[in-house]
Amino acid sequence: MTLAIDVVVRREDLSVRAAFDAERGETLALLGPNGSGKSTLVGAIAGLVPLSEGLVELEGTVLDDAMRETHEPPERRPIGVVFQDLLLFPHLSALENVAFPLRARGVPTPEARDRARRLLERLEVDARAHAKPRELSGGEAQRVALARALVPEPTLLLLDEPLSALDAGARPRIRDLLRRELRAFDGVRILVTHDPVEASSLADRLVILEQGEVTQIGTPEEVRTAPRTRYAADLVGVNAFVGRLEPLEEGAGRLVTGEGEIVVPWPEWDVVGDVIGIVRPADITLWLQRPAGSARNVNRGPITSVTVEGDRARVRIASDPPLVAEVTVGSLERLGLHDGVDVWTSFKAVEVELSPA
Amino acid sequence: MAALGVALVGLPLLGLVIRTPWSRAGEVLASETALTALRLSLVVATAAAAISFVTGFPLAWALARGSFRGKALVRALVVLPLVMPPVVAGVGLLAAFGRRGVLGSWLYEWFEVQIVFTTWAAVLAATFVSFPLAVLALEAGLRGLDERLEDAASTLGASRWYVLRRVTFPLMAPQIAAALVLSWARALGEFGATITFAGNLQGRTQTLPLAVFERLQTDPDAAFAISMLLIAVAFAVILALRGRFLR
Repeated sequence: MTLAIDVVVRREDLSVRAAFDAERGETLALLGPNGSGKSTLVGAIAGLVPLSEGLVELEGTVLDDAMRETHEPPERRPIGVVFQDLLLFPHLSALENVAFPLRARGVPTPEARDRARRLLERLEVDARAHAKPRELSGGEAQRVALARALVPEPTLLLLDEPLSALDAGARPRIRDLLRRELRAFDGVRILVTHDPVEASSLADRLVILEQGEVTQIGTPEEVRTAPRTRYAADLVGVNAFVGRLEPLEEGAGRLVTGEGEIVVPWPEWDVVGDVIGIVRPADITLWLQRPAGSARNVNRGPITSVTVEGDRARVRIASDPPLVAEVTVGSLERLGLHDGVDVWTSFKAVEVELSPA
Repeated sequence: MAALGVALVGLPLLGLVIRTPWSRAGEVLASETALTALRLSLVVATAAAAISFVTGFPLAWALARGSFRGKALVRALVVLPLVMPPVVAGVGLLAAFGRRGVLGSWLYEWFEVQIVFTTWAAVLAATFVSFPLAVLALEAGLRGLDERLEDAASTLGASRWYVLRRVTFPLMAPQIAAALVLSWARALGEFGATITFAGNLQGRTQTLPLAVFERLQTDPDAAFAISMLLIAVAFAVILALRGRFLR
C-alpha cells in the first residue's frame, strides 16, 4: 500500500481515531458531519497536528510514529494540501502563490515562475496570474490553490472541502475540473467532504467518520446498499433503524429504537448487541386511511417535508419512528400530499435488511 | 477646555518657533558640536531600533503565541520601562553594567571591558527605553496574523526561516515599520537614562537632547535651533505613521 494510517489524535474537545490505507491512483473520500474530526485528521496527515498514538506511513517512509517519537515536519512531507478556506498568501500574486512551493525548495525564480505559469494555464486561470487573491473569484481562487498544492508534484494530495466555499453556480465546473485533475494526478488523493454527492462522484472509496471514529469504509456502491449507521443511511437517502432486537414470534423480531419500534424478520446470524435495519424509501407505501393488508409495519404521522427530484418525490413523515418515503409525483398529486397532511405508512417486515450495528 | 488643551500643547511649540534664531539656524546646526551630536544621535537611535527589533521579535513571538508560566509577569516587565522615570532606568543600568554593577564588575574583571561612559552605554540606555515600544508593536502584528497561513506555507515545503522571510514578515510589515519607527524616535529623544548611565561626553555619548540641555546654559539660540530640528523629526515620524498605524 502507498498510504497507511492508523492514528489517534486527542484534542481538548474531541478524540479522533482512524485507520485506513490507500493506493496510488485511488481517490478516498473522508466523509463526515461537521465536527466529526475530518480537518483534524487532515492536519495530522499533513504533520501540522501531533499524533497521540499511531503511525502514518507514505510510500514506505514513516512520517509519524508516536511510539518512536518520529515526526517528519510538514515541509519535509511529499503532501500537497488544499485547505478549506484555501489560505492563499494575500500579499502574493496568483503566480507567486503557485511558484512559492518551488522557490521554497530552492528552484531558481525564473524556472519556478515558468512552471507555475504552465500549471495555471492547464487549470485555465493564467489570465489572472498577476491578480492578488482578494481580486480572484471563488472558482479562480480554488484553481490557484489547487495549482499551488500540485506544483511540487506531491505523492499525496489532500483536499479539504474543496467545493464548500464556492457558490452553487461555480460548483459544477470546479467539480468537473477536480475530477479531471484527480484522474491526472498519479499519487494518493484524499478528499474531505460532508457532501455525499461530491464524495460519490469523485471518490473510489468512502471513509465515513463520525464523532472521531471511522464507522464504515467501502465503495460508494457498498455504502449505498449497506450503510452501517444512521448517518450513512441519511447520506444515501435510506431509512435506518438502530436498536435492540427482541424476539416476537417464530421468524420475526421487534427492533426497538429510541424513536419507536418496527417488526423485522429474525436474522439467520447470531444477534450480539445492537442491530441496524435498512428500509428503502421506495418500499414504503403511503395511505390517507389506515391500510388493510398484510404489511406488519403500519404507522401514522404528519408530513414534515416534500422534495421533488425529477418524477420522484421524497416525503418525510414524523411518525414513530420517523420515516422517509419515496413516491411518484403522480401519486403525490393524487393523494394531495403536502406539509402537515396526516398520512399512514406501511412496509413489510421482509423489506427490512438487518445487519449487526 | 478643548482650546485650553490645544494651547497647552501648542504654546511651547509656538514659543520655540518664535525664539528660534532662524537667521543663525543654519550656522548653528552646521557647527562642529551640533553635527557631532546629530551623527551620534543617528547612530545611537538606529542601533537601538535594530537591537530592539532583533531581540524584541522573539520575545513578542513568545508573548503572542507561547504559553508559559509567568507570561503576565514578563509582559509587565517588558512595558515597565515605558512608565519608569528615565533617570531611574539610568540608575538601574548603572547598577547592572556600571564598574561595580552586577554584570559590569564581572565584565571589567574578566575582559577589562567598561560600558559606562561609552557610546555602547548610550545605545544601551536608548534601547532600554525604546524596547517596549518595539515589543508591543510586534506582538500586535503577530496577533493579527493568521497562523494558518504559516501552516499552509510549511505544508508547501517552506522551512521555518523561509516562512518567516516570505510570509510572516511581509504580512506584518506595517507593524514592523511601526516598531522600528517608534523605537527609533523614542531612542532619538532619550535623555534621562543616557545622561545618568552614559554621561554627557561630546562625540561619545552626547546625543542631540543632551546637546540641547548643555547649550541652553551657554548658547540658548543653539538650543532652540537643535530643538526645532528634533521637533521636525517628530513631525516626520507622525506623518510616516499617519493613517497606517494611527487613526
